[in-house]
Order: sequence, then structure tokens, then C-alpha cells
Amino acid sequence: MLKSPSGVIGLVILLLAISVALFGPMLFPNSPWRMVQRPFLPPFTLSTVPLGTDALGRDVFAGMIFGARVSLLVGLVSTLVALVVGIPIGAMAGYFGGRVDDALMRFTEFFQTIPSFALAIVLVAILQPSIYSIVTSIALVSWPPVARLVRGEVLSLRTREYVQAAIVTGQSNSWIILREILPNALSPVIVLASLMVATAILLESSLSFLGLGDPNLISWGYMVGAGRTVIRQAWWITVFPGVAILISVLGLNLIGEGLNDALNPRLSREGR
Amino acid sequence: MLSFVAQRVLKGVIVLFAIVVLNFFLIRLAPGDPAVVMAGEAGASDQVFVKQLREKFGLDKPLPEQLFIYVKGVVSLDLGFSFRQQAPVAKLIGERLPATLLLTLTAFAISLALGVLFGTFAARFAGTFLDTAITVFALIFYAMPLFWVALMGILLFSVTMEWLPSFGYETVGANLTGLAHAVDVAKHLIMPAMTLGLFFMATYTRMTRASMLEVKRLDFVKTARAKGLSDAVIQRRHVLRNALLPVVTLAGVHSGTLIGGAVITETVFAWPGIGRLMYDALLQRDYNLLLGVFVICSAMVLIFNLITDLVYRLVDPRIEFAS
Repeated sequence: MLKSPSGVIGLVILLLAISVALFGPMLFPNSPWRMVQRPFLPPFTLSTVPLGTDALGRDVFAGMIFGARVSLLVGLVSTLVALVVGIPIGAMAGYFGGRVDDALMRFTEFFQTIPSFALAIVLVAILQPSIYSIVTSIALVSWPPVARLVRGEVLSLRTREYVQAAIVTGQSNSWIILREILPNALSPVIVLASLMVATAILLESSLSFLGLGDPNLISWGYMVGAGRTVIRQAWWITVFPGVAILISVLGLNLIGEGLNDALNPRLSREGR
Repeated sequence: MLSFVAQRVLKGVIVLFAIVVLNFFLIRLAPGDPAVVMAGEAGASDQVFVKQLREKFGLDKPLPEQLFIYVKGVVSLDLGFSFRQQAPVAKLIGERLPATLLLTLTAFAISLALGVLFGTFAARFAGTFLDTAITVFALIFYAMPLFWVALMGILLFSVTMEWLPSFGYETVGANLTGLAHAVDVAKHLIMPAMTLGLFFMATYTRMTRASMLEVKRLDFVKTARAKGLSDAVIQRRHVLRNALLPVVTLAGVHSGTLIGGAVITETVFAWPGIGRLMYDALLQRDYNLLLGVFVICSAMVLIFNLITDLVYRLVDPRIEFAS
């Protein structure tokens, strides 16, 4: 991982984003909702409000720092939930095979055919926008690739001798899946997970942009959405939060590539 | 060929049926009386309409019967009535569908053409500066949120340079006809289509590049070279044709994302398609319309998937329809 330059750049970006999300609000006490200056203050004019203010005189920089929390939190938690749903489904399908496999895979394919962003919109709208409904919807539309990947891995690991040996010694199915198979199937899942966090951040920002964000939490997508109507007067309100999304997603994608090179050296021979 | 198509169509119909059933349960997930939910929240509905809805959908009857009534309606293309817009949902969607098809198909064509082109270049000149530049650009486009790309496009090409219109389908009040009208629509189409296409272009670039580098190493390419074929012929007929297979698969997988992207793009550019309709339904909490658009979007994805499956079989030199 540390040998690939893209992985290192990605890791640096991610660590930076995490520290901003964790410590930023402590160092930067301005509430992102509070009016601190006159509206439409251009960036780089006052050192206390470095990135200017929005249409209501709220600090854009503070919004970006607090927004990092929402983006990273939603990205990580919804990916975790998607893994919790996808891994067991994929593992069971791959391990038991036959009808169980058929049924679970048809179910997975069904979720994969539904246009995911449209489903996420419908779900958040119906469940009412909140951080919980957003995480739920993103997880619900992003687990199928996990299930398919894990199924494929389990399918190939199941026939290995050490697994056969475990079966002969009379271990229970759940013990074999959890202790023998899954630990060996994890590396591609980790690569996928890092890319899923990136996708989840993009999904969350798109939902917030459409006005489906948690009304109590400031987020980058919300800021861009709010700045959209005044883009002719105040470009900075939309530009800066967008850059923040771009950099975080880029960082996570780079980590995904770095991990892929590190964990699957076979595939990366001519990768770059 | 025929049995393959029939099989796929049947599968698509089953999935669509499942989506309709999902839809039925989704509306019941919303807090409150489904009739009131369907009519639209916050006093938009009157008592008479709610009562009509309740009778029409048999909301006082047991659940299976309600489901039957609902499915029967959808099958006869009755997606319900939008109280907010005072029109049947199916009619509203029908009016908006052509604009969405124009936008998504143009975006798809742009992204595929440019993506394959750039990917081929990057693979052809692997390791050079050109390759690095293309790869870096693809990475950046891949990470940009769509709504932001759209707004940056407006900022750059409409506000600053004043080259392109920033919203709408045609110039309002211009009443152009014939060629002038087509040019006008095309001008309005460029930015939304490019915005929507950019993300997919990045994906296809990366995929084409990786896939071409992979295919290049295979034995049949060596054989072709040993036969004395020119480099251009090898690249085009042997490498590219095989390298395109995963790209076609990806195009099918991405059709849902394309539709989702259309919601964002149409919202930003006020493009009068079903994506914009979905956003309006969202703003007004017009659930009946929202779910109607959702069903149609799913149907579009299914059709698109069917088409990519067929194309895959046409492109793949190993699969022959005759057999």
C-alpha cells in the first residue's frame, strides 16, 4: 500500500479529512448556522471568514469544516451497514449453493437492477430526511456488489482443502464460514469498501443537494444546493464545498487503487 | 436469438412486477394514512379527493386485495392521479419522456465515444505523458459530484463566457421552427449532456485502457502479429473488439446511474424531462407522482439492460446467434 504513490496521496487526503472532521469544530468555534458577517462577503477579504459568507451571512469555511463530519460519517456508517447486509448474504449464497444461492442471488440482482439513486431519493423522501434515513437508503442501494463479490470469493474458497478438512472434523457451518472462509475472502472486500465510501459520500451530497439532507446538519451537498440560486452573484458558495467533495472522493478512490495494487498484486502488473 | 430475447423479456417483466410490488409497500412506509400520503401532504388535498383515493385503491379492504387493485392499475398503465399537477401521472411522464431520452442517449453516446477514444489512446501510449494526463483527468472527473460539474459548467460557459444557455430545452418565446429550432435545442442540450456524460466518460476511459492492456498480452494478438497483420488492424479488429466487452457490460450496469444522474442534471439545467419531474414531485411531496416516475425509471433501466445484453452478443466474437 505504501509503495504505490496514489495510495499514499489518498491516505494523506483521508487522514487530513478525518482530522478536520474530528478536531476542526473544536478549533473553529463559529457555528455554521450563525450569521457572522454581512451576506455575500467575498472570500479572502477577512481573515476571520477566509472563504467568505453565504446568502445569509453564514461562514462558508465553518460550513465546510462541519460538513466534513456529515460526509465522512455517512460515508463510513452506510458502507459498514452495507457490508453487514451484503457479506452474510454473499457468504450464505456461496457456501450453501443450490437453491439458497439461486434465491439469494435473484434477490441481489433485483436490487441491482433498480436505479439506485432514484430508489435512494424515494426512500429518503418517504422515510422523511434525517441522518438515519439517509444512511439506511445509501446502505440499501449499495450492498448488492458486496454480496456478489463475497459469493464469488466463498465459492472458490469452499473447495479448498483446509475448508474440506474443517468440514470433515465436524465443525459447524457458521464456524467454518466465520473462521475459515471469510478471513481469506476479506482483501477484495476491503478494496470494494474503500470505493463504496467514496460513492456513499457522492450519494449523500447529491441527496442533500436535492434538499433531502438532514435539516439539522450542515453538509457539503446542502451548501452547494443552497448556493445554486445565487451562483451568478456569489460563485464561492458553490465552488468551495464542491472542491471539498471532489478531494475527499478522489482520496478514497486513490486509496482503493493503492489497496488493490497492494492486495491483488496479480492484477496490477501493468495497472499504471 | 428469439428464444434468448424472449427469455430476457420475461425476466424483465418479472423484475418490473417485483418493483411495482415494492412500490406498493413503499407508499405504506410513509407515516400516516396512505390515501392522504398519495394525495400529497400539507393540506394540498381536499377531503373529497382523499375519499375518492380511498375508494379507488380499496384502502379499507385487506392488504392483498389492495395490492391486486394497485397492480391491476399499473398493468393498464394507470399510475394514478397527481393532485398537485391536476393530471394523470402517466400523462405527465409521457410528456416528459422524450426530453429525458434525448438527454440520456446523447450523454451516453458522448461518454462512450470519448471514453473509448481516450482509453484507446492511453493504452496505445501506455507509460507516456499522454497516458498519465488522460489517467489523471479521468480520476478527477470520476470523483466530481455531478451537480457540481453542472454548476461549474454554468459558471464557466454561461456566466463568464456567455457561450451557452444555462437552462431550459429551447429559447422561450423564440418560436423557432425546422433547422433553427433543432440548432436551438442542440445548444441547450450541449451542457446537460456533457455534464451527464463526463462521469461515464471517465469510467469508460479507465475501463477501456485497462481492458486493452490486458487483451494486448494475450496469445491471439501474438498470432495476429505473426501473421503479418499491420498494427492498426491488430489494434482495431483484435484488441479493441475484445477489449470492448467489459465496457459494454459496464454500460449496462451503469444505466441506472445514468437515470439517477439525469435527475440531478435536469434539476440543475431545468431540462423538462422526467428527472426534473421527479424533483418537482419531491419538492411538493407528491408521492404518487414520485413513485410513478420511479417505476418508469426502473422500466427504462430494464429495457436498456436488455439492449446491452443483445449488443454484447453482437460484439463478442465468441458468441454466435445462429447456434
